[in-house]
Amino acid sequence: MSKKMQITLTVNGETQELLAEPRELLIYVLRERLNITGPHVGCETSHCGACTVTMDGKSVKSCTVFAAQANGAEITTIEGIGSPDSLHVLQNAFREHHGLQCGFCTPGMITRATKLLEDNPNPTEEDVRFGMAGNLCRCTGYQNIVKSVLAAATELSAAKEAAE
Amino acid sequence: MNLFDYLRPASVSDAIAAWQPGAAYLGGGTNLVDLMKTGALQPGKVIDIARLPGLDRIESLPDGGTRIGALVKNSVLAGDPDFAAAFPMIAEALASGASGQLRNAATLGGNLMQRTRCVYFQDPHSACNRRESGNGCGALGGDTQNHAVLGWNDACIATNPSDLCVPLAALDAVVETQGPNGRRDIAFADFHRLPGDTPERETALEPGELILAVRLSSNAAASYQNSRYLKLRERTSFAFALVSAAAALQLKDGRITEARLAIGGVAAKPWRVPAAEALMLGQPPDTDLFRRAAAVALEDATPSGNNGYKIDLARRIAARSLALAAAGTPTRMPALPASVFGESAHV
Repeated sequence: MSKKMQITLTVNGETQELLAEPRELLIYVLRERLNITGPHVGCETSHCGACTVTMDGKSVKSCTVFAAQANGAEITTIEGIGSPDSLHVLQNAFREHHGLQCGFCTPGMITRATKLLEDNPNPTEEDVRFGMAGNLCRCTGYQNIVKSVLAAATELSAAKEAAE
Repeated sequence: MNLFDYLRPASVSDAIAAWQPGAAYLGGGTNLVDLMKTGALQPGKVIDIARLPGLDRIESLPDGGTRIGALVKNSVLAGDPDFAAAFPMIAEALASGASGQLRNAATLGGNLMQRTRCVYFQDPHSACNRRESGNGCGALGGDTQNHAVLGWNDACIATNPSDLCVPLAALDAVVETQGPNGRRDIAFADFHRLPGDTPERETALEPGELILAVRLSSNAAASYQNSRYLKLRERTSFAFALVSAAAALQLKDGRITEARLAIGGVAAKPWRVPAAEALMLGQPPDTDLFRRAAAVALEDATPSGNNGYKIDLARRIAARSLALAAAGTPTRMPALPASVFGESAHV
């Protein structure tokens, strides 16, 4: 019963194989087995969104996914979005517009916002607030988070227009 | 969390064959996984059905109806422009629930099967007749602000938390299932059960029976120009309804030719009262008429604890949802759907 199972994940473009119990949660597989510590454990009850990753193209909360459920999936974490030497437009916008205070929620916020802007490149403020509603900031820094996402949207749209 | 066997069957029939007492089907996991974390549910076997082929489609049927596969994700259904145009109050209900990440994971079938948010059910250390037959009810005499005011008894006062199920009830959806004894259709009104003598049996599903799809008739889409879902909650995102209502009207020459009204958050199933709908027929839409209909819909309501406020609240939300529906489905739903503070909520 409940033997460990072979799990294959593609995380940030790299194939990872590991043995895990089916009940292990994806967030712990990422953090503790693969040492990918960008996604955070906040509430572990699918409220706060600190653990947000992209799984097969969709934002999900990795604290509410069994490792076994993720078997075969493609996953992107904040580590796959930008790096200290090459910040993603959203990361830079969060820095420029003070979109973070303690920073704990930031990886989840930005990972979620990348998908939000992919789905809706020109969001209104209401769209951003609605789309980001699954990510909580315990510093309550929402005004600047919304400002950061909107600024990144403007910059990404301008860059896209310039390219066309 | 308890240990369990995990399997990912390749077909519906394999999934059903794998079922045994104590097993659980796993869709998106947004409800089951959290309940397993607390130990409220401890299935010995988890049958992951999320990738079963053929259950993730939204289809138009030859008779003009619509069939939604059980594994269609909430975000996909709410975001499908044709579906949302035909069934705006379903889209509005879906978008008002949970958060973007959870809507990406949650499935239609899982939404129908979601368990009550009664904290005494969720806490494995509290007595609960729903978790275990004959265990008692920790909620009675406890913290009952969110509990039922209709259809409850001393065995259970929990409510069904689903937003989606409220418009599905109003629209007379049909649930298609397959189980060890074959396939069948279940009328939505019969799908969720009131507690009665068996509160642990929350739905009409037999052991091992699996939801394949939900069907909506062409007539269910006929009220697309006048339908709304209105939800009142303690905060405008990621909160379950204190009370909600789905209202759909068909109007001809300034008179109501069909009225549908279902109320959520008040009972173990979406609450629908035929007499409340019937009294609106042939009448011009009017605030006073809607108040009277709402009063009839709540006629049998009784507090199950310190939740009497819900009765008046439900009357008002029901009347207001009818007024919103009469005013017309908005061309663009508010970004915070079903918020009473949204622009389009003011009529």
